[in-house]
Amino acid sequence: MSDTSDTSDFDSETESERIGLEHGAGGEATRKLVAETLASGFGDPEDAIVGLTGMDDGAVIPVGEENLVLTTDSHVIDPPFFPGGDIGRLAVSGTVNDLAVMGATDVRALTSAMVIEANYPVAKLERIADSMAATCEEANAAVVTGDTKVMGNGEIDGIVINTAGVGVAPHVTPDSAVEPNDVILLTDSIGEHGISLLAEREGIEFGSDLASDVKPLNDLLARALEVGGKNIKTMKDATRMGLAGALNEIAEKSGVGIEIREERVPVTSDVKGAGEMLGLDPFQIANEGVAVLAVAPKSAENVLDELREHPKGENAAAIGKGIDDHHGRVVLDTGIGSRYLREPASEPAPRIC
Amino acid sequence: MSDTPPAGPTGQIPGGDGDNALEFRDPEKAEAIADRLAELADNVSDPPATIMHVCGSHEQSIAKFGLRSMLPDSVRLIMGPGCPVCITNMPEVDEAVALAEAGVTVATYGDMLKVPGTTKSLDDARAEGADVRVVYSAADAAEIAEEEDGEVVFFATGFETTAAPTASVILNNPPENFSVLSSHKYVPPAMEIVAEMPDTDIQGYLAAGNAAIITGSGIFEGIVDEHDLPVVVGGFEPLDILAGITKLVEMIGNDEAAVENAYPRCVTEEGNQQAQQQLWEVFETEDGEWRGIADIPDANLVLRDEYAEWDARARFDIETAHLRDESAARLADDCICGDIMSGKAEPTDCEMFGEECTPDDPVGACMVSSEGTCKIWHEYGGHPDI
Repeated sequence: MSDTSDTSDFDSETESERIGLEHGAGGEATRKLVAETLASGFGDPEDAIVGLTGMDDGAVIPVGEENLVLTTDSHVIDPPFFPGGDIGRLAVSGTVNDLAVMGATDVRALTSAMVIEANYPVAKLERIADSMAATCEEANAAVVTGDTKVMGNGEIDGIVINTAGVGVAPHVTPDSAVEPNDVILLTDSIGEHGISLLAEREGIEFGSDLASDVKPLNDLLARALEVGGKNIKTMKDATRMGLAGALNEIAEKSGVGIEIREERVPVTSDVKGAGEMLGLDPFQIANEGVAVLAVAPKSAENVLDELREHPKGENAAAIGKGIDDHHGRVVLDTGIGSRYLREPASEPAPRIC
Repeated sequence: MSDTPPAGPTGQIPGGDGDNALEFRDPEKAEAIADRLAELADNVSDPPATIMHVCGSHEQSIAKFGLRSMLPDSVRLIMGPGCPVCITNMPEVDEAVALAEAGVTVATYGDMLKVPGTTKSLDDARAEGADVRVVYSAADAAEIAEEEDGEVVFFATGFETTAAPTASVILNNPPENFSVLSSHKYVPPAMEIVAEMPDTDIQGYLAAGNAAIITGSGIFEGIVDEHDLPVVVGGFEPLDILAGITKLVEMIGNDEAAVENAYPRCVTEEGNQQAQQQLWEVFETEDGEWRGIADIPDANLVLRDEYAEWDARARFDIETAHLRDESAARLADDCICGDIMSGKAEPTDCEMFGEECTPDDPVGACMVSSEGTCKIWHEYGGHPDI
């Protein structure tokens, strides 16, 4: 609150409603909060191709003849340095990927705003900056503007990084474009980011080289778009709510069912084993370098082959298809029977990105 | 890890992990069993053949692998009172809350924390400053008592699978400041009560293999004789469950009432004699109410007089009147948890399911426990029947 209005303006009921961790998890609670509490003062431009109401990975606004894609993301991961990456690599990859899955694989510019706790070691900040630079180079992107704020000791936990990005999408690939019979492709095995973070945080050794998959995917997805063009209907990175969250979101927004064959979904034995031990379902675990694509059947095989030829897509697989049944839901064929695959109600582990 | 509650009181699923389990998840074998099941289902004279299982671990496997989608229309599979957390009665939770509020350290299974008492859960008491600890076993609770100077009460829930270890702790000289608030339950009498309920119309029981490891499969002979229906003891992998159901449907079709053991790699007819001996040495049965189901004769396990010194109810004067203010009851009145546990209703029959009642904000105990039907259905897609 920046004004000085009397708190008695708030009735007791409003005051009793509080923000829970689930509101930041990117699932239904987040969407509800944005739609009911935050979005009333926001608005989509009349000509928006994908606006806030689309609740997609980024907004798409026409500028001249081009589709400008704009996205922003704040990163609060704990711990900030983890096997396979750090908060710097995550902050760049997260925003690059949100642009890329909207179709803007050519990243025009990034911003970086940091809020840092007083007493934070400069050496750590240097490591983070180096990591951001290296990831930008990998993604052929650059941070062109930024902001730095410091808060008092104990007023924030270490460091929070917000990045925003702009890009141009020759062909937009929103969540809402899946049609029956479209083939669902997955670019990599799932669950590595979330499981490795949890293991690191809880000090559990799985005796394996489990590491986060955090990486920019725009180079991989650019190759897919070159081959698939407009036959690639939808792309989405399966981040916080896991593959289950991403699939449910695109099924719901597209108004189709999606059928997934569990045996086709690549999961490493490390993730499977650790998941069984921790009681976590890899489908619900966060990823930071995995995307889902819905591709028209005639291009699906070519796109899959192209993905597999790229080092970031060598585990890619066709895992299912759009169906004209069970609209808005995801059906999982377990190899034995079938059931619905639901979006996790809350993040199995908070502060994972 | 701190964000995942420990497993419920029925404990581990035998054969649930590791490579060996995979042979009991083989899709081709599953299909072969399903084909046989479909043939046998044609012989059922009074369809649907309603089969009840009484174990949260069975429901987890059934939901996770989508087994109901493989059943013919003439076979109906429902879950009965198989969630020990769910059937723990509100006054029992009130007792634990009252002890915690009175300054006693209360140790219990993680699933019990959010189970609503009349006005409060143990989690609420903990938020208000009471000392409530999560443990994985009775032995863990006794260890806490070793370390603490004050009184430590183990709020003991679960069926025979956890009652036997509780008995073992009591028989092994626990610390003087340790005692047990028993909410342990004994399953066979509850199976008998539910079998008699006219609107459940059960034609066969799939009995829980983990409990039968202790009790032996022979324990179910009484139910077979009394109610003239088949009981098959089943394991927890998908093929174990399918094989158990197939056996039951065959027996129902042949009008055959007997006990069959479809989990012979773990269960014997006699069971674990030592565990049984310890169980009955320490505990005796008493009539008691199972939440939302019924007042069931001989289905609560209470400490025998000889072990009163370890009985929290004997050691403390537990005053719960102040917790019993029913005026605070909110949505719980509309909760159909009892009907669900009696097999009369399914979670999706409840208007609050997945709406007002979710795992993050549960109304009824069935949405609290990882063994509860509502929580399991919610986790695996809302409605497992596709």
